[in-house]
Amino acid sequence: MVAQNFRHALFCAFITLIISYPILGLNLEARGVSITLTGAETQTYVGIALAVVIVFLFQLFRPAIMETLGQVKAINPMINREPMPQEKRVKFERFALILIVLGAMFWPFIASRGAVDLATLVLIYIILGLGLNVVVGLAGLLDLGYVAFYAVGAYTFGLLFQYYGFSFWMSLPIGALLAATFGFVLGFPVLRLRGDYLAIVTLGFGEIIRILLNNLTDLTNGPDGIGGIPDPTLFGMEFGRRVKIEGNTSFHEVFNIPYDSAHKVIFLYLITLILAVFTLLVIRRLIRMPVGRSWEALREDEIAARSLGLSRTAVKLSAFTIGAFFAGFAGTIFASKQGFISPESFVFLESAIVLAIVVLGGMGSQLGVILAAIAVTILPELAREFSEYRMLVFGAAMVLMMVWRPQGLLPMTRVHINLKKQEAGVTDHA
Amino acid sequence: MHDVMYFLQQLINGLTVGSAYALIAIGYTMVYGIIGMINFAHGEIYMIGAYVSLIVITGLAVTSPAWIPLVLLVALICAIIVSSSMGWAVERIAYRPVRGQHRLIPLISAIGMSIFLQNYVHLAQGSRNIGFPLLIEGGISLGGSGGGFQANLSYMQLTIFIVTLVCMTGLSLFISRSKTGRACRAVSQDLKMSSLLGIDTNRIIAATFVIGAALAAVAGLLLGMYYGSIDPLFGFIAGLKAFTAAVLGGIGSIPGAMLGGLVLGVAESFTSGYLSGEYKDVVSFGLLILILLFRPTGLLGKPEVEKI
Repeated sequence: MVAQNFRHALFCAFITLIISYPILGLNLEARGVSITLTGAETQTYVGIALAVVIVFLFQLFRPAIMETLGQVKAINPMINREPMPQEKRVKFERFALILIVLGAMFWPFIASRGAVDLATLVLIYIILGLGLNVVVGLAGLLDLGYVAFYAVGAYTFGLLFQYYGFSFWMSLPIGALLAATFGFVLGFPVLRLRGDYLAIVTLGFGEIIRILLNNLTDLTNGPDGIGGIPDPTLFGMEFGRRVKIEGNTSFHEVFNIPYDSAHKVIFLYLITLILAVFTLLVIRRLIRMPVGRSWEALREDEIAARSLGLSRTAVKLSAFTIGAFFAGFAGTIFASKQGFISPESFVFLESAIVLAIVVLGGMGSQLGVILAAIAVTILPELAREFSEYRMLVFGAAMVLMMVWRPQGLLPMTRVHINLKKQEAGVTDHA
Repeated sequence: MHDVMYFLQQLINGLTVGSAYALIAIGYTMVYGIIGMINFAHGEIYMIGAYVSLIVITGLAVTSPAWIPLVLLVALICAIIVSSSMGWAVERIAYRPVRGQHRLIPLISAIGMSIFLQNYVHLAQGSRNIGFPLLIEGGISLGGSGGGFQANLSYMQLTIFIVTLVCMTGLSLFISRSKTGRACRAVSQDLKMSSLLGIDTNRIIAATFVIGAALAAVAGLLLGMYYGSIDPLFGFIAGLKAFTAAVLGGIGSIPGAMLGGLVLGVAESFTSGYLSGEYKDVVSFGLLILILLFRPTGLLGKPEVEKI
């Protein structure tokens, strides 16, 4: 047993060396046409050696370590505590959501301009996360091309503005509805497919949209993108120093206050906040409605749900379309916030980030998604020097989450009634 | 004559890329055949194979042409060793603990692994693309000696054909004759039953990952050199296309993956030859969507009966 363990540990350590040394320890460097091979810094080698030793020791003492971990689990009060009673849980979630919204309302008046700008981005990701949560978390359809609908929303605004001079408020519903239409049209044929095929088809669709945006140069301006997209206005009042579009007035002139560039940022933030709250409330209602319940029913057991008379296509299609709708929403806001859009912003990685938000937060759980969106967007900003490790950590976190806690950090629980267990002595005559 | 030659050239190009796609597609199809999951990180294993072979070729720094075959062989072996180890480790870390859970869980884990590996190479080797020297130069000119367009079969393309053919033959023999190969087939038919009959299914599943990764490494060396440059994102699109090839041929079927790779390569090459190079990706993804919609079992696959 010990000898076998030792051999296995040696093998694992050796594999660790093989997969880390050539990639980390030997760096290719291109100088003009010639390529040279340079060694890495000493600390990299130390790191590799350390990793090898750790893997070796871990595998060697694996049974003992696992046993200790099991004991830690057994005495850990955080894991062993009774689950919160559900009335309390529902109240807690509602309380937390209200607290977050209230905090978000006062945020722009206490934070710096950059922090407000970042918070707007967080809110966009929250809308995206909540929308994808409907598709992935509630309906159980893995959509890897979610960014395509985001792109549709953003480009709808960009193109409508460029060709017809549409404003933000006119484009917002059009963008969202157009994205929903795309979702509907794509969903109609593909939702018959099984889970993993669906994932690949949506991924392919996302790539097709991006390639088309890149190559339809006459329409979309290709990789150069569309610029000069206007900010939202408040009843025809613009927030710039000078009025750009004829017929509009200027915010600071109407209220006779000195011009401040922060007004624009705060206004955009507040609009995004209102839209995010709107998204949250709409989806919260939908979950309780028959359509929301049928999403989950179909996710849990397709055959049972269908035999109870649910139309598979209608239910899946509704989830897919609603998810796409909110992505279009977020896309329009994004276009307005950035003022410039190009296909670069709509790569697969964006889909993966939104998916990571949903997965890390706990599939189906709205509070979880919101917290995950905040964490995923803000953490890399806080640790700027580590920002290049962001995606590395994301990938690792997704794997670890699936291995250890596939239900996510704050798993969703449905309001339900527990049937009382039959008391002893009472016999079942049925 | 010009049209025929042009057609022939596109066909050669398509078959070249297609046979490399087939090599990658085998990894997808074998894994899917056995545990029914899409190994999303397979494209990254292929990319790592390309990087390792470039590292070895640069490290050996041989200039005299006589040594080139040996250099290539060493690079190939190193790439196979590293990629196979990577395939083994990925299976062990990210897939084995989640095996048997709901379908989406291994898939999300695989996507996480794919992102991780992409950034692992990105951080270690930089994000810029690096030129891959073409060590096999020259070629054969086909067609008449007159003027006009002439189809050209380069030695590089010939190498790709031959290496692919050798690998495919080797794999077919391995699957049909060897004990492990027989166990692989048994496990893909019925995992539970074969484990009851005393097959170490964990070992066989690990073996499929290792075999798939080794073939992907071969493809990495060949295609990296054929395209002439590599970068950390190099595996993503290629992986997606190889997956398309696997689905096209009928996922789970090894001859299907070979056929699917060739068909996809030719379809792509004709798109870029006759329409526009920008749309070749659109064509392959469009093809994928159409096959999944109208013939999900692919060209050579068997229909899957859903049991309740």
